[in-house]
This record gives sequence, C-alpha cells and structure tokens, in this order.
Amino acid sequence: MQIDRPLLERLGAYPHLVVTWVDDDGYPMSVATTFSLDWTDGAETAIRLSSPSPAIPTDREVSVVGSHIRPQPGIGYDERRYLCVWGRATASGDGTVTLRAERAWGWDEAEMPFFEYSERAVPQSRRYLERLSLEQRREVKPRLALPWLILRTTRLPFLTATLVPVLLGLAIAARHAPFDWIAAILVIVGGSLAHLAINITNDIFDTLSGADAANVNPTQFSGGSRVLHYGLLSLRELSAWAALLYTGAIVIGLALLAIRPSWELLAIGVTGVLIGVAYTAPPLKLVYRGLGEIAVAAGFGPIMLLGAYSAETGRLAWEPLVASLPVAILITLILYVNEIPDRRGDAAAGKRTLVVRLSPAVVERLYLGAALLAFALVVVGVVAGITPWPTLVALLALPLVFQVYRGIEQHYDSPYTLMAYMGTNVKLHLYTGLLLFGGYLAALALTLIH
Amino acid sequence: MGWLPSPVEELLNVALVGELTVVRQDGRAITHPLIPLYDGEHVLMHSSTLFSRKLEHIKANARVAVSLSDEVAMKGNLDRATIQGTARVIEEDPHRQWEKLILELWRRKEPAIDQFLKARVALPLFFERAVIEVTPERCFYWAGGNTARTPAVSEAPGRAAA
Repeated sequence: MQIDRPLLERLGAYPHLVVTWVDDDGYPMSVATTFSLDWTDGAETAIRLSSPSPAIPTDREVSVVGSHIRPQPGIGYDERRYLCVWGRATASGDGTVTLRAERAWGWDEAEMPFFEYSERAVPQSRRYLERLSLEQRREVKPRLALPWLILRTTRLPFLTATLVPVLLGLAIAARHAPFDWIAAILVIVGGSLAHLAINITNDIFDTLSGADAANVNPTQFSGGSRVLHYGLLSLRELSAWAALLYTGAIVIGLALLAIRPSWELLAIGVTGVLIGVAYTAPPLKLVYRGLGEIAVAAGFGPIMLLGAYSAETGRLAWEPLVASLPVAILITLILYVNEIPDRRGDAAAGKRTLVVRLSPAVVERLYLGAALLAFALVVVGVVAGITPWPTLVALLALPLVFQVYRGIEQHYDSPYTLMAYMGTNVKLHLYTGLLLFGGYLAALALTLIH
Repeated sequence: MGWLPSPVEELLNVALVGELTVVRQDGRAITHPLIPLYDGEHVLMHSSTLFSRKLEHIKANARVAVSLSDEVAMKGNLDRATIQGTARVIEEDPHRQWEKLILELWRRKEPAIDQFLKARVALPLFFERAVIEVTPERCFYWAGGNTARTPAVSEAPGRAAA
C-alpha cells in the first residue's frame, strides 16, 4: 500500500489504535491508545499517539493497527476492516509520540469482498499445505465430503442444461412415433454423463490455461468447479473422473445405437462430445477464439434435442430443430451472463468471450435482444404451424428476462450482487424449457383425446 | 489450570475480536485481528490455510501477544488487556482437527458459524484451518481501559517463580 494522506486518513475512522512493538524480552507487546492525525507541520505521514503505559519505544520499529467490526447479535459480525501501519516513533515534547508511517497493509471488505479476498489467497493456502506435507511426510490436502465433492466437481446443478433439451426432444418424439421408455432413459442418462464429463474436461483445461487462477471473482454460477485450482483433486484424479464418465456415456451411446441403429444418432452423439471437449481443449479451444457461445448453443440446443428425438424415432425432423432454437439461445445466455464476472480473468487467460470483446452497454442490449428473440421464436414456431399452440405457455417466463436485464444493468461490476440475477437467468432457461415441455405434453394429450 | 485474572478471562469470553501479534522472521511485529476463544487455560485462535502466513511466523518464533482493546467487540466492556505468551500451531489435520478443538467455543460466540459450515462446499479452503494455542505467560490489565495508567501486571506461576 502506498503511504499517503488518503491512506492515513482512513485511520481517522478508528476510535483507537493498538500500538505494537517487540519488547526487550523478544515478545510482541501491544497496547491500545488514542491518536490524532495532526499534519500542521506539513508532514502528511505522521500519526500522533497518546503515550500509553508501558511506553512506546523510540529505538525500534513500531506498528499501529486500527480494527473494526460491527457485531450482529446471534449471527456474528460484518463491516470488517483493519489497517496496519509500520514506522519509527519519536517522542514529542508534549508527552505524545509521533509515528512516521513507512509501510501499510490492510483489508476492508467494503472495498474487496470477503470471497475475492479469500480467492486471492488460494496460492498461499497451496504453499502452506505443500510445506505441511513436507513437514509431516504425508500428503496434506484440502478435503470435502464425497457428496459435496461430486456436486462441486461435476457442477451437477448445471445438468438442467441437458435435461431441458432432452426432455423436450423426447416429448416431441412422443407425438411422432411410439414411445420407447428404455431409449428415453438411456438418452437421459447418457446425455447427462456426457455433460458432466465435458464439465470436468473444461475445468481441467481452464485450470491448465491459467484461467482459474486469473479469475478472483468466481461465483456459484461462474468460474468453474475450481477443484483442481484449490487442490481438492489432483490432475490425475480429475482425469480419472472424466474418463469414468466418458466411458459410461459411450457405453450408453452404444446401447442406444444397438436398439436404434441410426447414422444420424451416431453423428449427433460424436459431434456433441467433440464440441464439448473442443470448447476449452486444444487445438480448437473454441471459447478462446470467441466461438464458445456458438458451441454451447449448438451443444445444448439442436444437438441435445435432435439427439433425444432421433434416439426415439431414428430420424431427424424440422420441428425439434425449431423447438431447440429458444432453448439454445437461453442456455447461451446463461453462459453469456456468467461471463460477466469472469471477464477480467478470461481476458487475462486469452479467452475472447463475447463479454470480453464487447462494451458493457452492448453486452446488456445484446442480452435483452437475444432473450426477446428466444420468445419471439416460440411464437414464430406456432404461427408457422411447426410447433403446437400450447407451447405458447412458455411466454409466462418472459418477465424473468426483464428482471435479469435490469440486474445486469445495475450490477455489472458487482459479481456477488449479480449472482442473484445469474440465478434468475438459470431459472429463465429452466422454466421456459419446462413450460415448453408442458406445452408439448398438453399437445400430446390433446392429440390422444382427438 | 488457568491463572489469568478473572476480569481478563471475562474479556476473553466475550470478545468477538482480539489482536494477535506475531513476530516475523525479519524481527518485525505484525498484527492480525482474530476471534479469541478461551478454554480456561489457553487462548485459542484459529486461521484458515488461506491466511496462513501468521502460522508460519509462529512456527519460526512462538512468542506472541493477544490484545483485547475494542469495547464494541467486547459488548461494552471498557476494560483492556494484553496477554503475552507462547503459541503452538495445531495443524496435523487442517480439515477436521479444529472442529474437535474449538468448534463448540467458536459456536458460542458466533452461532452463524453453523450456517457457514453447512455451505462448506462453497468455501472449502476457508474451512481448512489450524488452531493457534497460546499459553499465557504475562498479562497486562487496564481496568476501565485507560492505558495511560500503569497496568496491573501478572505472570504465570512458573514464570513468576523463575
């Protein structure tokens, strides 16, 4: 920290300071005292301290610390901040002691949120645990209970990105062909395993590229799982998790092909996994080239939806493609909004995402335009006679668009405040997808009745 | 058994924040605001591995001081105290050991800790922690908090005899 008048003026917010030095016995000694910032002599690095007992020594370095919390009964405290200033003390004629500040260090959670403060300290934790492992001659590493580790590593809650298009594809297929429950279950499980495997693969390459280390504002929706960055799993362990999930997805894919031989299904499955892996993996690294949004739209839109449809029917059709477009746009908008808090880390790691490349005003307008386009496509599908009219029920989710838009507009630079709107944006995709699914089930029921 | 004057024990039992001062390898003192806990004999503080430089300083030089100075953090108690002592870092298992040693004491002062612990998945490294066990050796006590006055100084029985 630079020693200057504004920095020292912050000390004025503290009611007292704790003065500290190393005493003649080699122990630290600390004592609270009152103080003033009197710069009438022109020296703007001076802190005038009332003389406490024991007396502040003038033959060695001393430091002063201002510390503040606001107790919250029954909860704990907030408004944490402290400032530590080091320097040399000299006795003044009036019985006070003047400290000339030379160095300073501190933290104020109003300026740097606790989550960011913690994230910036991850390298220190890694170094400490490495040294501890050497001292104890065994590996000491951070841990999580297995269910939490699975949740975090696979980013399980994001499975809705797969379930929405797969369920929609199955619902559309149910109107076009006899429904095969076994194929439906296989496509749900296989698609989910492939999605989780791809999540892990992307995390591996994001950590190796330095993107995770550069991102000091991860949220529950952005910044990846960070299990590798935190040392919760090793690269070898994480790779084994991915291999296991890929193996499961491949076995299920082969089982699906066995009961529903289809070149289209094979092509869709292989394309989906390739796009997923190439999202962050070299040589393509689609997200680093500004193609991440298109890759996600394709993967969690047409590919998933047409894959589920063809697993049931053995063929492709226009209706599932049209139905996939709103879902594709909304899933891309999840990625897009999640890129807002990640943008500095992404830029540092060379990720050319849309949010990195565009100004905040354009990012905000593009969000609104794309989200409205998604709902317009729902209407267009019905008007064109491609999708059934009950799918218009999806328009009920439209108000969420404006909630998210306003959230982005107002909290673009506040990652932790923005988090609530990132959650709403996830709901926007989920609710719209489920309403479309409900619309298709209603259309199916109407078909059966007639 | 503890020997600290009872008013100082009262401060330790209510304080939400105290200042732990450790000595760095270069001989400089550095102070960290931390929540102090008291088991009747030792002052117990704790640190996440995220903010573990203080632990490394203590392992290199065990001499520390804990000051209790903020009436807001001590629920209006104006008294002040500084405890000098020797610290030991307990870190064999940063994942679980601290829970056994201090969680109950921590919970009494900061009940919200249970809510944070439930969300351990969100902040896994924050809950990888070491315990700093301070054995008091000398205590300075300012009744009423006026540190311009000479403090009452007391020492650990063995130290006083020496």
